[in-house]
Parts: sequence; C-alpha cells; structure tokens
Amino acid sequence: MAEPATITPAPLLKDELDIVIPTIRNLDFLEMWRPFFQPYHLIIVQDGDPSKIIKVPEGFDYELYNRNDINRILGPKASCISFKDSACRCFGYMVSKKKYVYTIDDDCFVAKDPSGKDINALEQHIKNLLSPSTPFFFNTLYDPYRAGADFVRGYPFSLREGVPTAVSHGLWLNIPDYDAPTQLVKPLERNTRYVDAIMTIPKGTLFPMCGMNLAFNRELIGPAMYFGLMGDGQPIGRYDDMWAGWCTKVICDHLGLGVKTGLPYIWHSKASNPFVNLKKEYKGIYWQEELIPFFQSVTLPKDCTTVQKCYIEISKQVKAKLGKVDEYFNKLGDAMLTWIEAWDELNPSGAKSAELPNGALK
Amino acid sequence: MSLAIKDDEIDVVIGALRSDLTSFMNEWRPMFSRFHLIIVKDPDLKEELKIPEGFNLDVYKKPDIDQVVGSSTAIIFSGYSCRYFGYLVSRKKYIISMDDDCLPARDNKGFLVDAVAQHITNLATPATPFFFNTLYDPFSEGVDFVRGYPFSLRSGVKCAFSCGLWLNLADHDAPTQALKPGQRNSRYVDAVITVPVRALVPVSGINIAFDREVVGPALLPALRLAGEGKFRWETMEDIWSGMCVKVVCDHLGLGVKTGLPYVWRNDRGDAIASLKKEWEGVKLMEEVVPFFQSVRLPREATTAEDCVFEVANAVKEQLGSRDPMFARAATAMLDWVKLWKSVGSSSSSPRV
Repeated sequence: MAEPATITPAPLLKDELDIVIPTIRNLDFLEMWRPFFQPYHLIIVQDGDPSKIIKVPEGFDYELYNRNDINRILGPKASCISFKDSACRCFGYMVSKKKYVYTIDDDCFVAKDPSGKDINALEQHIKNLLSPSTPFFFNTLYDPYRAGADFVRGYPFSLREGVPTAVSHGLWLNIPDYDAPTQLVKPLERNTRYVDAIMTIPKGTLFPMCGMNLAFNRELIGPAMYFGLMGDGQPIGRYDDMWAGWCTKVICDHLGLGVKTGLPYIWHSKASNPFVNLKKEYKGIYWQEELIPFFQSVTLPKDCTTVQKCYIEISKQVKAKLGKVDEYFNKLGDAMLTWIEAWDELNPSGAKSAELPNGALK
Repeated sequence: MSLAIKDDEIDVVIGALRSDLTSFMNEWRPMFSRFHLIIVKDPDLKEELKIPEGFNLDVYKKPDIDQVVGSSTAIIFSGYSCRYFGYLVSRKKYIISMDDDCLPARDNKGFLVDAVAQHITNLATPATPFFFNTLYDPFSEGVDFVRGYPFSLRSGVKCAFSCGLWLNLADHDAPTQALKPGQRNSRYVDAVITVPVRALVPVSGINIAFDREVVGPALLPALRLAGEGKFRWETMEDIWSGMCVKVVCDHLGLGVKTGLPYVWRNDRGDAIASLKKEWEGVKLMEEVVPFFQSVRLPREATTAEDCVFEVANAVKEQLGSRDPMFARAATAMLDWVKLWKSVGSSSSSPRV
C-alpha cells in the first residue's frame, strides 16, 4: 500500500543553532543522527593529537578545530581551554556565531521512546528552549507549556508567563551518568526508566549538569558555559560540566533565567573505565563538599547585570574562598577571567551573533 | 536505607462528601483492606453513608465531631475539611488520605497502581531536598545519584510528606479547566521527586500521605473561601495547608516528595459553574505565595506546633490587614494548634 506523502516541516532554528561535538576518535555516531542533525551546522572540536585526521561523514556542514587552531586563534589565552579532556568543547561555544548551541558526546545515539519511535532529541531541546521556564514556583504537573499539561490549582497567575529558558538539560537511557564509585559498585545498572517529563529546576536549587546532551541559549548564558581546567596537566577531570553547571545556575538564578531538565533522552552507549574515572574524579569528590556550600552561598551584587559581570564576580569569589582549598582554584579563577576576555574578543558586543555567518577558520 | 513501616502504624483517612461510598471502597478494596480506615462524613451531608462490608474502620459523623470538639468549633470541619478531623483523632504514625472521587489508576503497562503502597515507599525512603538529582528519586529501583551529587548529601533526610498526582481530571483551577473543558491528564510520569528546599509548591490535598507524628499539626483547616463549596475548584484550604507543610518541613529539615502515585480522578462538576461561584481563591494566591516565600521561622521553633504558631502570627501581622479571610485563617491556625494539643496529641484521651 502506497504511503501518503508526508510534508516534513522545515527544521526549527536551522540557521540559528550550532551543534558542538568534542571528539578524539571518530564521528561515526553522526550517521545515526543524520536525519535529525544534517540540516544544522556542526562545530567539531578535536581534542588530543592534532595531526590525527578526524573523518566527518559526507553531507554535513561543519567547521573543525584542533589544538593547533585553538592555539592560533586564542594565542596565550588558549591556556584556558583544556587539553586531553572533552572540556575543550567550550571552545566551540566561544567561536560559534549562533544564538543556540546543542552539545552531544560522540558515544550518544538516538534513543527510542516507549512507543518505539526514534527520539529527535534536538527538536525537543529546541522546544524546551523556546518555551518559558517556571523557576519561582514548582508546578506539580511539570512543564505547564507542554501539550496536554497546564498549571495546577494554586499556581499564581502572575507567575504563569514564566521566564526565558537559558538551558535545556537532557537525560540518558542505558549507561547512566554515574560517578566512578557508583559505577564500581553497580557496573551492570542501566537506566531503563523513561520519565516523560520536563521540569524547571527551582530558583536557588543546584544540580549536577551533565554535558552529554545539553542545549543552551548562547545569547542569554553563553559566557557562563566555561568548562574549566581539566585533563592534561590538571589535577582533576570529569568535573568540567559540573563546574559550568553550578556557575550557570547561580547566574541564571541571579538574572531571572530558567534551567530545564528531563526530556529528551539519548542512548548512552559507552561506559568509560571506572578506574580511570576514579583517578580523574578523586579530588573532585572531596572538593565538591566545599564547592557545593560555596555555590549555595554565592551572592551577586545588583550591578552584575550581564553574564560576563556575574562570571567575573564569581571568579573573584572562587579565588578568595576556594583558593585555600587548593591552589588549583586560584588557577581556575584566573582561567575564568581569561575565558571571559577571550569570549568578549571573539564575540564583540554590538555585533549580533545571529546575524554573522558561520565562523570561518581565521 | 528504608524504614520498616508496619501496617498497624497507618490510618487511611477518607473525607466523605458523597454518601454512597460503595464503588469507591470496592475499587480500593485490594489496597485498603489491610489497613485501618477512618471515614469522616462531611457534617453538611444529610444522607446516610453507604459503606460496603469487610473493612476495619471507624466512621465519624457530625454528632461525633460535635462531641469531640464542641459544636461551635465543628464548623471548621465542613466540606473537604472534614478530613482534618480524621487526622486529628487518628493515633497512628502515618496517614494516607484521598478524596472520595478518586479511584485506582493504571500505570503505563496497564497494571493497577497501589497508591497506598507507593505512598508508604515514599515516606519510608529518604528525601533529597538540598540538591537536585537529575535521575529523580535515587532510592527507586534501578536508579542512583548522578555524577556530581555530593556524597555528604546522599543519605538524605526523612520524608514527612508525599503528594501524589491525578490522571483524567487533573487538579487544575476553575479558570484553566473552564478554558480547556475537554483536557484530561493522560500522561503517566514515572517519577518521584523531592521538592527542593525553599521551593514552594501547590500541594493539593486530593491524594496525600504524611508522617502524622512529625508534621500532623501543619495540616490544618484554616483558609476557608467565602464561597467555598463541595468541588475542589471551590476550595483553597488544601493549598494553604500545603504551603504551611512545605515551610514547616523546610524549617525542620524534612522532605516533601511529589509525583507517584497517580490516582484516577473522576469527572465531577462543572468548572464554569464553579468559576462563576468562586473565583476569589485564585486572586488570593497572588498574596499568599509571596508571603510564604518570605516567611522565616525562628530557630527556637523545633516542632510542627511551634512552627504553625509562628506562621500564624506572621499571617496575622503581614496579611491580616489585606483581607479578613487571612485574619480568620491566622486565628484558625492558632486555634488548631490548641486543638491539636488537647485532642490530637497522643497524651490526650483516646478518640470516641
């Protein structure tokens, strides 16, 4: 029986969104994502040995940066970009000229929803970013702007317009994002629970932001998405996205922006080696006991009205209060400033990022 | 990790606003039959209650209420607030409470949901209000804390309150349901979530469970709308009570969970008719929410009674002059604390 012709609507935000992918090996995973990603521009950030050639599947529109490019473009400021760690992806955020960014790891594949249908994760992230968030009052029916949902009784009408959404944090089926100790204790645990919800994380609440399946409004929050100093020459790894998430949430709370978590799910296929992970995370596990109270108590002065100002203020407080935990935090505080300087150089204000064409390699 | 909650530590409390409870009780029989039930008849309800056989229960009607609290006080238990009388006279540690227009729901696989068992699980496992776990309840089967969750916060705190959800007729307010008369909730979200500390949430009274020993006094009939009626669209009493519970739990370091279990809520009433009759409730929330967001309790308030007392005084001071309804609510809260101490606490004489 002949299938009726379906009219595929134009992909949302086709010219306003970049997909940033850090990689050290290959990009074979893009084949599975082709139906959903092909209309969009990709920014590949190649970590590790720059002489290695990363093959990008045919038909994708992309720009690729290796370490040599990063050093060339940023000069001495390249010191703020991590080496031998997927944290280098934030270089992609910096050079992007688009309003929105979606970032995904190269071991993340298309998941299926409970009905067996492939999940277009990018489309869901875009819906999340384009609809408001509700951080000031928790809606017990979750995202009130979704079809079939709404605000519950008792939800004040004055709060029903919501605030702009800055971040959309997606989740993972199969290999869950556990830390090394949990992986060691539960090597076989798989996330099979599809929770059909998107929710706004309330103002004043922190969360662990995973960078595997993450989208954000670069115009609203981009400068806060610095993934820190990780990997080669650094005492810590696997805390890059965590660090960015805590800074981002504090700034979003201050500026009245929203952070959503929940759908979409991707299928996370690779469990990294828990012993390797433990070595990377080990210091972080101790340090986070100090970091969480620090971020929970950060206050930003009223005159911090831009993301950059907020970020610079946080970097000062990092050095002042966390410098005594470890010298690393003095370095990190400096790197945070370097990041903002580099961001502002590559993204001069007055030039609207959405109007510029894709960044060409300089 | 989880507490062992015994069947005889639980009361199931049902406020009866309809006289014929036959189908309600029979549908819930598999889930209710192990437990002791307290059924409180709305004192305004004229017809005799019809309750099927085979349950271990106590029924309280207007004369009983009058006898325990006096007929002048008995007014506070009219309508949906009749359930609070059940909370007051119960002597069990835990209460599970449900509106009488709710039936067992089916989950995504088509199985009947044992809402009672799920509430018990929610209360028996810790809550995690200080840091959001992106995989939701880390104490559920097959889940855990995610990378980046501080280890010192992984033991969680006691969960004192569990607020379930509703399929079919969701708990929307009258304007929302009137605008979308055909909207029914068909989305089964398979998660239990701790509501973070300091985040306020409209805690509906339709499908709840709580640790009576720890937060009992904070569930109170205080905010009675001028046009309060016998449909949930015409009440705000539970929303007010729920805000109190959340503030008290936040202050005492206890957890509040939301999400599973779902119940199936029957279609009942007409949102437009309710809206015409009572819309003041919706306006009131504009004042209520900023108040609860800003209320701060002193360190010396270490019990739920203390906390309710402090909140009541704050209501009187900050909201009393805005609307007489708030002044009355404050008085009702103070009276409730006294009533709880004399009738509700386990040291007082047992129930009728």
